[in-house]
Amino acid sequence: MSIETDKTTPQHDVDVATPLESRIARKGQLPRWGTAAALAGAAVIIGGALAATGAFSIGLFVFLTVVLFAVGLYAISRAVEGGRKAADRVVTIVVTSAFLLALIPLISVVWTVLSNGVARFDAEFFSSSMRGVVGEGGGGYHAIMGTLIITALAAAMSIPVGLLTAVYLVEYGVGTRLARSITFFVDVMTGIPSIVAGLFAYALFALFAGPGVRLGFAGAVALSVLMIPVVVRATEEMLKIVPNELREAAFALGVPKWRTILKVVIPTSIAGIASGITLAIARVIGETAPLLIAVGITTGLNFNPFDGRQATLPVFAYYSYAAPGVPRDPYVDRAWTAALVLIVIVMVLNLAARLIARLFAPKNR
Amino acid sequence: MGKAIEAIDLDIYYGSFLAVQGVNMTIRPKTVTALIGPSGCGKSTYLRSINRMHEVIPGARVEGSIELDGTDLYGAGVDPVGVRRQIGMVFQRPNPFPTMSIYDNVIAGQRLNNKRMRKDATDDLVERSLRGANLWNEVKDRLEKPGSGLSGGQQQRLCIARAIAVQPDVLLMDEPCSALDPISTLAIEDLINELKMDYTIVIVTHNMQQAARVSDYTGFFNIEGTGKPGKLVEMDETKKIFSQPTQKATEDYVSGRFG
Ligand SMILES: Nc1ncnc2c1ncn2[C@@H]1O[C@H](COP(=O)(O)OP(=O)(O)OP(=O)(O)O)[C@@H](O)[C@H]1O
Ligand SMILES: [Mg+2]
Repeated sequence: MSIETDKTTPQHDVDVATPLESRIARKGQLPRWGTAAALAGAAVIIGGALAATGAFSIGLFVFLTVVLFAVGLYAISRAVEGGRKAADRVVTIVVTSAFLLALIPLISVVWTVLSNGVARFDAEFFSSSMRGVVGEGGGGYHAIMGTLIITALAAAMSIPVGLLTAVYLVEYGVGTRLARSITFFVDVMTGIPSIVAGLFAYALFALFAGPGVRLGFAGAVALSVLMIPVVVRATEEMLKIVPNELREAAFALGVPKWRTILKVVIPTSIAGIASGITLAIARVIGETAPLLIAVGITTGLNFNPFDGRQATLPVFAYYSYAAPGVPRDPYVDRAWTAALVLIVIVMVLNLAARLIARLFAPKNR
Repeated sequence: MGKAIEAIDLDIYYGSFLAVQGVNMTIRPKTVTALIGPSGCGKSTYLRSINRMHEVIPGARVEGSIELDGTDLYGAGVDPVGVRRQIGMVFQRPNPFPTMSIYDNVIAGQRLNNKRMRKDATDDLVERSLRGANLWNEVKDRLEKPGSGLSGGQQQRLCIARAIAVQPDVLLMDEPCSALDPISTLAIEDLINELKMDYTIVIVTHNMQQAARVSDYTGFFNIEGTGKPGKLVEMDETKKIFSQPTQKATEDYVSGRFG
């Protein structure tokens, strides 16, 4: 028994000869404010040095400060607290900086869209289309409705197909050649550039309606080509983590397989599935390229996805920005607001996904 | 309730791997039969073939036959789902449905099969099954709480209640106490003694004392080496197996002189 435990305990390079008390005795420790002081010190030194050379720039300042902070804190900590603590502190600094670095583009995007888009984020934007509007005024109501209709159609096509495919893959097809080839093609489909999906939908509908066809429904088809693999993957992962014991428990009660799937497997994983689907919707709602090709743009309101062009938020933003009228400013403002509305929709969808996950999650108490 | 089981020349495969070979075993109605033997000798495999749970594993199959009161469970046209309704099973690890309350867990067999029942009939069934599983007093005030919020031993008794709520003829138990403390184990052993009045019970256990305490008959499985199939070495009254077995291997195993 004792031999076993000895083997599994990690071996530290501790001097076994020294008595235990002195081995576990605490080394010195930096005070709580030590980190903050070191950071402030580094900032002052670098700031001073840069000011003296007259080459002050904020990027250089931040970079050099972090480097000096890391090196300095390592040296001090090593002297006072020992090597392990010092390494711990350096890694903490590196990880935190990487996180902040990754956050910069995100915050920058949100800030830019917010500050530029808020100008036209008004009632008029949400209530009027662009029919007959030149210059000031107008709005994106037609584009908002178009985006909602086309995305809803895409979701209505993708969710059943994706869900059933995943159920087949996990519950029926395990190990079969068909399942393996489906998995392969789903993986390939995940990597399809969205413009290809758009061209596919366009080409498909051009077969029936002749070249030059633009249709909301064609856009929905393009989006579902992009959405189905995401739904399959998300659902598959969720179904896989349902413990096999639950399926067996149901089988042992004399419950047929299809009922087990419907009433045990899916309810157990519904939280993850629902949030996966919501994220898949969020993923396609901002697609521009396929809609540009398959749906086009229009200035007026069109509720019918089977009858001609429809405006959508991404395409609306794109055209307003790429081909504005004169004067240019109102068009650009509307483009930013369209982008802002899109971000808000995606954010709402993400929040909805979390809410759904929490609502459906199996409760423990 | 309580039917006889007869296995005849039973071979059990995982794909091409023969896991259990040539089992001939008669299990009398309303008795407790314990299956003992070293790890990997095929006790679980054999147990799961009795209610046709074995074949849910891809590639798994069975040759030979198992008869329940004379009808071949593996005969043509026999629906495995129907077999499982007559032969209930309790697993090694308690597995209540996490999305269901205690109440719904007990009547899961009915609910999942969409069997319509009057409210008072369901209430009655839930109470009877929970009393049958010695759990009623502990949970009667929180029937609407999730089943996964119970302790391990309580969860296992909930699973037993769930299994007896569908009123099977036979109850299979695969090491039902291996995750439980001695007190819960005793509770379940007492329960087995009571259930024996109505059901035929087959229990797999690694605990010799438990086999000696609860069972009327004991079957000893053994395996000659890795990759070889497990076989039923000997089956007899429990007293006999533990005092004067006919086979040397059995004697070695029950007296702890094994491997
Ligand atoms: N799903 C499976 N696929 C392939 N082989 C399996 C599978 N389950 C079990 N086996 C093999 O079948 C043999 C019997 O296994 P089984 O689980 O029935 O043993 P056991 O007697 O229940 O052992 P234990 O006492 O450890 O539970 C073993 O050799 C095992 O490796
Ligand atoms: Mg086993």
